[in-house]
Amino acid sequence: MINNTDAVRLLDSKRNGAVIVPTMNAGNVRMGLPSVSTHDELDFPLSGCMGKASSVGLGLALAHPERKIMVLDGDGSLLMNLGTMVTVSNKAPDNLIHFLFDNGIYAVTGGQPVPGAGQADWKLLAEGAGYAATFSFDNLEDLTTSIDQVLAAKGPVFVHLVVEPEIDNTPVQFRAPARRTVHTAIKKLPEAIGRG
Amino acid sequence: MTVYESVLHPTSIVEELKKNKFTHVVWLPDSETNFMYQLLTNEPDLDLVPVCREGETMAIAAGLWVGGKKPVVLIQNTGIFESGDSIRGLALDVHQPLVMLIGYRGWSRHGLTNDSAARFIEHILHAWGITYFLIETDDDADRISLAAEEADRTQKPVAVLVGSEFGA
Ligand SMILES: Cc1ncc(C[n+]2csc(CCOP(=O)(O)OP(=O)(O)O)c2C)c(N)n1
Repeated sequence: MINNTDAVRLLDSKRNGAVIVPTMNAGNVRMGLPSVSTHDELDFPLSGCMGKASSVGLGLALAHPERKIMVLDGDGSLLMNLGTMVTVSNKAPDNLIHFLFDNGIYAVTGGQPVPGAGQADWKLLAEGAGYAATFSFDNLEDLTTSIDQVLAAKGPVFVHLVVEPEIDNTPVQFRAPARRTVHTAIKKLPEAIGRG
Repeated sequence: MTVYESVLHPTSIVEELKKNKFTHVVWLPDSETNFMYQLLTNEPDLDLVPVCREGETMAIAAGLWVGGKKPVVLIQNTGIFESGDSIRGLALDVHQPLVMLIGYRGWSRHGLTNDSAARFIEHILHAWGITYFLIETDDDADRISLAAEEADRTQKPVAVLVGSEFGA
């Protein structure tokens, strides 16, 4: 299993100008991208609209074909919008990389198992949907060794990551407020990336 | 007696979309706007983004908008019922100036409609505070321009209900 923070740190270190759209645990202030991001002017944290990170990522990828867009999705979230995998494959933006943080649970709501946890085959689903390249990693070493190859693949790329089921037990009202929210991103991202 | 031709031609809508410099049509087909499909697929200025479920449309549009493009959503009223959380979270909450063309299934100006898709849609739009326009004939098509202006002015989603009296 891959530690959430290790995963986002590695992806951030390899972003090279990519816009990153993290959601749920991958966007958590304590363990997700905001805790390690070196370029938060290019982060588009998506909270408050479960399941739609890959849809927003698709829109960004179509608007900016010259720039890599990395989506960091949750498994419960992707299950809620499974058709997105076919929508993405159909438009086939070669600059979109869809990472799935598969922890088998709905961590944000307390850790209830998602339907099909440990049973649904995410790499196979992505292949079946038509992603141009698909990968699956369950340990940091393999992910670290292969990340350059993953990022060099022609998209849309799907990357299944088996991550630790970490639950943030701090009640929402006591959590550190996010420095960058979806609202900041909407206001500031256009000037950071220009018009597509 | 003058006979007025009261139909809506797909070219009137597509011309409006081009006039307003929309770049992408994010859509899921419906019988009310089916007549536009052929035209849209042949239109080089408008990139068609087909989705599997309508809730994707506002989210894809949000990404396009932040990326500097000008998307329009084209779905059926039933699709609006499917899309509640996206309209809330990625259109209203983030002030997306999004024009949504909505096929008005069940709409009739000739009496009662039995279609709940028609009976609920205006109430839902009212509940969200979403301004809407109705177009039924070519003469109404420029309401798409009004909708685009209203969306820009208010930085909010605006709906255009497409009534179902179409020409070929
Ligand atoms: C439409 C909708 N249904 C339910 C919720 C409640 N909810 C918030 S976060 C969450 C769990 C997200 O799970 P997952 O995508 O697997 O990410 P994780 O929390 O495991 O990182 C749920 C069910 C919601 N926000 N929106």
